[in-house]
Amino acid sequence: MPREEIKPWLRTRFFPHIWCPGCGHGIILHAILRSLVDLGKTREETVIASGIGCSSRMPGYINANTVHTTHGRSLAFATGIKLAKPELTVIDVMGDGDCTAIGGNHFIHACRRNIDITAIVMNNNIYGMTGGQASPTTPVGARATTAPYGAIDTPFDICRLAEGAGASYVARATIAQPALCEQYIKKAIQKKGFSVVEIITHCHTQFGRKNKRPNPVDNLIFFKENSIPKAKAKEMTEEEKKGKIVIGEFVDREGLEYTEAYLKLIERVRG
Amino acid sequence: MPKKLAFWQGNMAIAMGGIAAGCRFFGGYPITPSSEIAEVMAEELPKINGRFIQMEDEIGGIAATIGASIAGYKAMTATSGPGFSLKQENLGLAYMAEIPIVVIDVMRGGPSTGLPTRVSQQDVMQARWGTHGDHGTIAYAPSSVQECFELTIDAFNMAERFRQPVLVMSDEVIGHMREKVVIPEPGSYPIVDRKRPKVSPEEFVPYLADPADDVPAMASFGDGYRWHVTGLTHNDYGFPTNEPEEIGKKHLRLVRKVERFRDEIVKYDLEQTEGAEILVVSYGCVARSAVRAVREARAKGIRVGHFRPITLWPFPDKELIQAAGQAKKVIVPELNCGQMISEVKIALGCKAEIIPSNLVNGEILRPHEILATIEEVA
Repeated sequence: MPREEIKPWLRTRFFPHIWCPGCGHGIILHAILRSLVDLGKTREETVIASGIGCSSRMPGYINANTVHTTHGRSLAFATGIKLAKPELTVIDVMGDGDCTAIGGNHFIHACRRNIDITAIVMNNNIYGMTGGQASPTTPVGARATTAPYGAIDTPFDICRLAEGAGASYVARATIAQPALCEQYIKKAIQKKGFSVVEIITHCHTQFGRKNKRPNPVDNLIFFKENSIPKAKAKEMTEEEKKGKIVIGEFVDREGLEYTEAYLKLIERVRG
Repeated sequence: MPKKLAFWQGNMAIAMGGIAAGCRFFGGYPITPSSEIAEVMAEELPKINGRFIQMEDEIGGIAATIGASIAGYKAMTATSGPGFSLKQENLGLAYMAEIPIVVIDVMRGGPSTGLPTRVSQQDVMQARWGTHGDHGTIAYAPSSVQECFELTIDAFNMAERFRQPVLVMSDEVIGHMREKVVIPEPGSYPIVDRKRPKVSPEEFVPYLADPADDVPAMASFGDGYRWHVTGLTHNDYGFPTNEPEEIGKKHLRLVRKVERFRDEIVKYDLEQTEGAEILVVSYGCVARSAVRAVREARAKGIRVGHFRPITLWPFPDKELIQAAGQAKKVIVPELNCGQMISEVKIALGCKAEIIPSNLVNGEILRPHEILATIEEVA
C-alpha cells in the first residue's frame, strides 16, 4: 500500500490500472512518487510525460500535469514544455521500445541538448502491450513473438548510450532494489541537466513466459541474484559479466543546461 | 499616421504574421522551401522573450510545438511536403487532444523528395485527410505576401478559438516571392486567445465542452490546474475510454465544432463573376495568373469570372454555387493532377461541365496558358 502522503498524487478514480498483477511498473510508479514527495515537489509544478506502451500509461494515474503522447516522441513534447516553462519539473517515463527504438533519435538529442528533464526508462526487454515482440534490449538468444528462434541482434546498453550522447546523470537499478531506485530518481530530478535512470523490470506475461521466468517472483529473484554493483563489475571479465545486470551511477557531471543557455541567449539578444 | 510598409518574402510575412498574432514559440526542422520561416523565428523570437528550437527531426518539431502550447504558448511549426508527411501523426494528436497550434506547409513538388525547389499544390488533400481519423480541418491558401501575413494571424485566431491545429498551405512561389506588405497597427486586427477555465482546479473537467461552441476551456501546465492530455479517445475527464457513448460523443464533437461555425471560418474572393458563362476556380499562386487571364478574357468580350477559395478547408461550396450562377463551364487550374477539382465537382458537377487544367512539371501556370484554356472552351 502506498504511504499516506503519496495518495494525493494518485488518480485513484482511474483505477484499476491496466498493468498485469505482479507487474514491476507499480514499484517504479511508487518510487517516482516517493521521490517527488520527499523532494517537496508540488503536483502543480510537476509534469509527467510519456509515449506509448504499458509503462507510458503511468502518467494517467499520477495527479499532476500529465501528457501521454505518441510512440517514441514524448521527449520532444517534454522539450517543448520545458523550454516554454523552465520552472516546471519535467519527468519523462518510457519503456525500452519507446525510448530506444522508435524514440531513439529524440533520446540521444535530449541527452546531447542536456535539457533539464528526467528520463525514467523502464526496461523489461520486450514490447509488452502489443504482445511480446522483440525490442532493442531483448538479450541475444531470448525468445519473443517476433524472434521465435531467439533474438540475434545485439541489444543496446541504455546507460552507455546516454553517457555517450551527453546526459548529465546516468544510473541503473532494478525493481528488486526499490530504495536504490528512489535514491537515483531523486538525484536525477535534482540534477540540472538531462538525467537518465534505467530501471530493469520484468514482463512476466510476455517475456517471462517464453524465457523461463513466468512468475513475478522468479524475476525478482533473478534480478537479486544477477545484479552486481559497478565497483564489482570493474573487477570482472567480460565473460563473467555475461547475463549480469550492472547497477550503480555511471555519470554525474555538470554541463551547460539547455533552457538556462536559452534564457541567457535571450538576455544577450535583448541587451 | 503613415502606413507601415515592408517589402517581404512570403515566408518572412508568415513568420511576422505569427508574431503579430502572439506566437512566442517555434519548433522546427530545416526543409526547403520553408526554412526561411524558421530562420526568421530564430532571429526574432529571442528579441521578444519568445522561444525558438531547432529539433532533431520534423516529428520533434511539431511535438515540441504542441508541448509549448500545452504549457500556454501560442506556438507554430513550418515545413514542406516530406516534412508535412512526417508531421501527420502528431498533427492527429493535436486534433484529438485539442491543442491549438499553427502548421505552415510551403508546398513543393512530390511525391517523396520530389522537387524541393519547385512549386506544386500537391498537398491540399493531405491537409484534409493526411492524418488518420476524422476531424474538422481549417486550412488557408495565401495568394500574396500580404495574405501570408494576414492569414497566419487568422490561423492563430482560429486555432485558439476552436482548440485545434490550423494549417496555412502556402507554396514555393508565394513563399519565395517578394511583395509590398502593409503592416497593420497592432490593435487594429482581432486577436483571439484560448478560453481559460472559469472554475477552480478542483472543479475543472478538462474536456467538458461548452454547448455554446463545443469547445472546452483550456488550462496550461503550470498554472495550477492538473489535467491529463492523451491521444487516446477520452472522456470529459481526459481519461481513456472504451465506452461507446463517450467515444461517439468525443469523436463527433471534433468534427462538429468546425462544421457548426463553417460560415464564420470560410473565406473566398470573387473576380467579375456577374453574368459569367465560364468560371475559373483556383487558389494560391495559380489564382494570380488566373485572375489576370480572366481580366484579359473579359477585355476580349468573353463572359468569364474567377472564384478563389481562401479557406481550402472548409471548402466554400455554398459560396461557389452562388458565384457560379448560370455558368455552364468551370475550369479548375491546379499544380497537381486534380485535387480540389473533386470539391468543385461535388458542388457544381450536376449543373456545369468541370474542366481540369493541370500542370505538374515544377512550373507555375502562366496567365496566357489559362487564357488559352478559357478561349478554347468559350
